[in-house]
Amino acid sequence: MATVSTNEMKSGTKVLVDGEPYSVVDNEYRKPGKGQATNTIKIRNLKNGRVLEKTLKSGDSWEVADIEETDMQFLYSDGEFWHFMNPASFEQVQAGETAMIDAAKWLKGEESCKVLFWNGVPLSVTAPNYVILAITETDPGLRGDTSGGGGKPATLETGAIVRVPLFVQQGEIVKVDTRTGEYLGRANK
Amino acid sequence: MSWRPSATIETLKARAEQNGSVRAFFAARGVLEVETPILSAHATVDRHIDSFSTAGGNGGDAQWLQTSPEFAMKRLLAAGSGAIYQIARVFRVEELGRHHNTEFSMLEWYRPGYSMFDLMDEVEALVRTLAATGVGSFERLSYRQAFQRHAGVDAFTAEGDELRDAALRLGLIGAGDFAGETERDFWLDLIMSLHVSPRLGQATPSFLHDFPASMAALSRVRNGQGDEPAVAERFELFWHGLELANGFHELTDADEQRRRFEADQAWRRGHGKVVPPYDAHLIDALAQGLPDCSGVALGLDRLLMLKLGLPELAATLAFDRSRA
Repeated sequence: MATVSTNEMKSGTKVLVDGEPYSVVDNEYRKPGKGQATNTIKIRNLKNGRVLEKTLKSGDSWEVADIEETDMQFLYSDGEFWHFMNPASFEQVQAGETAMIDAAKWLKGEESCKVLFWNGVPLSVTAPNYVILAITETDPGLRGDTSGGGGKPATLETGAIVRVPLFVQQGEIVKVDTRTGEYLGRANK
Repeated sequence: MSWRPSATIETLKARAEQNGSVRAFFAARGVLEVETPILSAHATVDRHIDSFSTAGGNGGDAQWLQTSPEFAMKRLLAAGSGAIYQIARVFRVEELGRHHNTEFSMLEWYRPGYSMFDLMDEVEALVRTLAATGVGSFERLSYRQAFQRHAGVDAFTAEGDELRDAALRLGLIGAGDFAGETERDFWLDLIMSLHVSPRLGQATPSFLHDFPASMAALSRVRNGQGDEPAVAERFELFWHGLELANGFHELTDADEQRRRFEADQAWRRGHGKVVPPYDAHLIDALAQGLPDCSGVALGLDRLLMLKLGLPELAATLAFDRSRA
C-alpha cells in the first residue's frame, strides 16, 4: 500500500487515519534546536467534514487514501439515492444522503458534478460552482429599492434558500454561487 | 513568480545592517572574527540533527556540510585563539517550515573564562543592541521551572508514562498516539515544542537554563547537591515563543566527549539513521586542552524576522529553499 511521509503531506493530500479518509488542510513543522522534530497536521474528514489535528514525528507516514474525483452528470433522485452517470463511459452510480449533504439543494437534473470516490464508493458530491435556478417563492419587494442592499430570503426551485435583493421577484431566474450560497445576479432570458 | 526574491529589498538592507551591527558589537569587545570550513570530513552525530553529504570527488570519501561551526571553532580555542565569533551558513536536512529553512545563518561565539550566566548577559546585550531596544530585563528561568509553570509536571523526575499523561491532559496528543513510546526525552521535546516554548518570551525575551542531563549535548553536567538531580549547563533564549539561541558551558573532557559521540552514534544506528563519522580532531583538541569557556549559537534570520515583525522566515531570506 502507498504511504505518504510528513514532509510530503501538503494541503489536499488524501490520507487514511484510523480507517477514515481525510484531506490534509495544514502541516506545521516544529523542532526544538536539538530535539525531536514533529509535524502537526490539520486534517479534514472527507465523510463528515470534521477537522482535527494530529502530531507525528517528522518522517513518520500515513497510508494514502484511495480517493478519486470524477466529473459526472446528475440524472435524478429516487428519494433515497441520487443517480449519476459518467458521460464518457455511461456507467451509472448512486450516492446516498450523506454524500449529498452540500450538493442536493442545488440540483434539478443534468448538472455536471464532481463526485469524490473512496475505494470506488461515492463519498461526497460537489455541485457546479454556479447554478441558474428559478425563484418559486419570495415576498414582494419594497418599492424604490434598486440597490440590492438589505435583501430578503427567496426559495429556489430546488428547495435552496438564498438572500436576494428586494427588487427580485418570484418567478425570476437567478444565478447563485453554490460555494458561498450567494446570489450573483438575475439570469432572465 | 519563483525567480523573484522571497525577501523585499528593504528587508535585505535591514539584514545587511544587522550583520554590520554584529561585527561592530564584537569588534568593540575585542572578539576575533573567524572563518572555518563549511565542508568537512566529519559531521555532527547529534541524535536529531541530520547533515547533508556530498560525493567526495576524485574517488575520495564523502564530505559533510556543517550544521554548526562548533567543532572547528573549539579547535581554534584549543590552539589559543582567545574569544572568537563567526557568522556562518549552516545546513540541516529536512528542516523546512514557517520558522525553518534548510540553509540558514548562524552567529556562533565563544568566551574563554565565561560561565553560562556570564554569556547569557552578553547574549542579552547583543539582542538588545540588535533588536530588542526598549524591552525590559530578559527573564531567566530553569527548564524545570518552565515545565512546572506551564505544563504542571516535573521534567526531572517524571517517568515517561507521567509525561505522556501530561501531554494527553494538555490536549497535545490523542489517547492512542505514540503508543509504546517510553523515551523520556521524546516526551519532554514534545511538550516543550507544542506547549511550553510557545508560552516563553512573550512579555520580554526569556532564557531557559539548566537542562536535564540527558539533553546535555556538548555542555557540562553539574552534579546536584544531595538528592537534587544533575543538570546540564545549557541555555536557550526564547522570544515570542521562538527559540533564538542555544548555549553551553562547554564540555572540555575529551573522554566524556568521546563517550557522548559514541552513545549518539549508537542511538542513531539503533534508530536506522545515517551515522556520520564524528570529529576525531575535536577529541584530540580537547585532550590537548580546551580553555574553560562558554559558547552560544544564535539564529540571525529568526532574530531579523522578529525584529521586523515578519510572518515567516522566508521573508528574511533573499531566496528561500523553494526558490534556491
